[in-house]
Amino acid sequence: MAFWRQPLDTQEIQITKGVVNIIEDRCKGCGYCIEFCPMHILAFSDHFNKKGYHPPQTTKPDECVNCHYCEIICPEFAIYSTEAPL
Amino acid sequence: MTKNPKQIGSKQPSHPLDDLIRTDRIPHIWCPGCGIGTVFSSCLTAIKATEIPYNEFTMVSGIGCSARGAGYIKLDSFHTTHGRAIPFASGIKMAKPDLNVIVFSGDGDLFAIGGNHFIHAARRNMDITVICVNNLNYGMTGGQVAATTPSRAKTTTTPFGNPDSPFNLPLLAYASGASYVARWTILHVRDLTNAINEAIRKKGFSFIEVLAPCPINYGRRNKEKSLDTMKLYQEKTIIKNGADPGRADIDFERGVILGTFVDTDRSTCDDMYEVTCRQCSED
Repeated sequence: MAFWRQPLDTQEIQITKGVVNIIEDRCKGCGYCIEFCPMHILAFSDHFNKKGYHPPQTTKPDECVNCHYCEIICPEFAIYSTEAPL
Repeated sequence: MTKNPKQIGSKQPSHPLDDLIRTDRIPHIWCPGCGIGTVFSSCLTAIKATEIPYNEFTMVSGIGCSARGAGYIKLDSFHTTHGRAIPFASGIKMAKPDLNVIVFSGDGDLFAIGGNHFIHAARRNMDITVICVNNLNYGMTGGQVAATTPSRAKTTTTPFGNPDSPFNLPLLAYASGASYVARWTILHVRDLTNAINEAIRKKGFSFIEVLAPCPINYGRRNKEKSLDTMKLYQEKTIIKNGADPGRADIDFERGVILGTFVDTDRSTCDDMYEVTCRQCSED
């Protein structure tokens, strides 16, 4: 993540890891999750869903920090993140 | 009262809010890029976060795009006549004062046809929570000019720009006597969820205005894609709690003020009715 100043306690902070779950057939392709993901790990996929939209896909699945922002901004209940199993 | 049922683990992937939505009716009718879905999911998250049993909630809505929300929530809900969401909600609250009544509706329903009901419910301080999704036009009927359309904005019925001034909703709510007044956008989802949570717990008339993009009917005629509107919400808004509602008019050139404007305590309609009219009825 880009910081304008490196925080002093970067080394001590434990960053949570998450898994992005996408319910593809609910997606209407508005692109909010892709635009506002703080880690920029989502992108439109090439395939179509049942309704003819391009659902998002994770480009860097390891970098999800489980912040849930995609989950709360999605108007379609189509994406959510869960904690990654250890 | 009963406890909320725990979500049972299933093989199918299920969204954390699936226990509160009628999943058989999803995907909903709202257009791609419409902000109502976000407000709705934020409202559900706030309901969940209060930890009040679900059977103590009722959602009431009028007519319009946003008002479809009452049909998607898996709680007791009413989809009422046009503009009359607040009178129905007031009736429910007077009959069953223990219920948490949430009115989820749009700007056209609450402030154009239902404007009078809104100011009088605020004046009497009915103990209900009103969530107004403001998309700046009449979305469902084809994008006509509304009471909240900004000056000079183009709509179906004002092709040269809107000549009139819009309502300043936080000022209207404050002047009518609401106990809690806040405004957020769908980009500020976490603040919005906290505000709805606070408003549900608040005793008295709580009003939350939520700015939401309408890319199909408002955005298309004003050269704003839904992501452009979101950028506007990101760059041209000022978060200022306790600001003067008189300065809260929607002017994206100057900056739109967000935050909690009013948070006061005043005796509610039900309390006053109890003291004034029910004191002799026990004899």
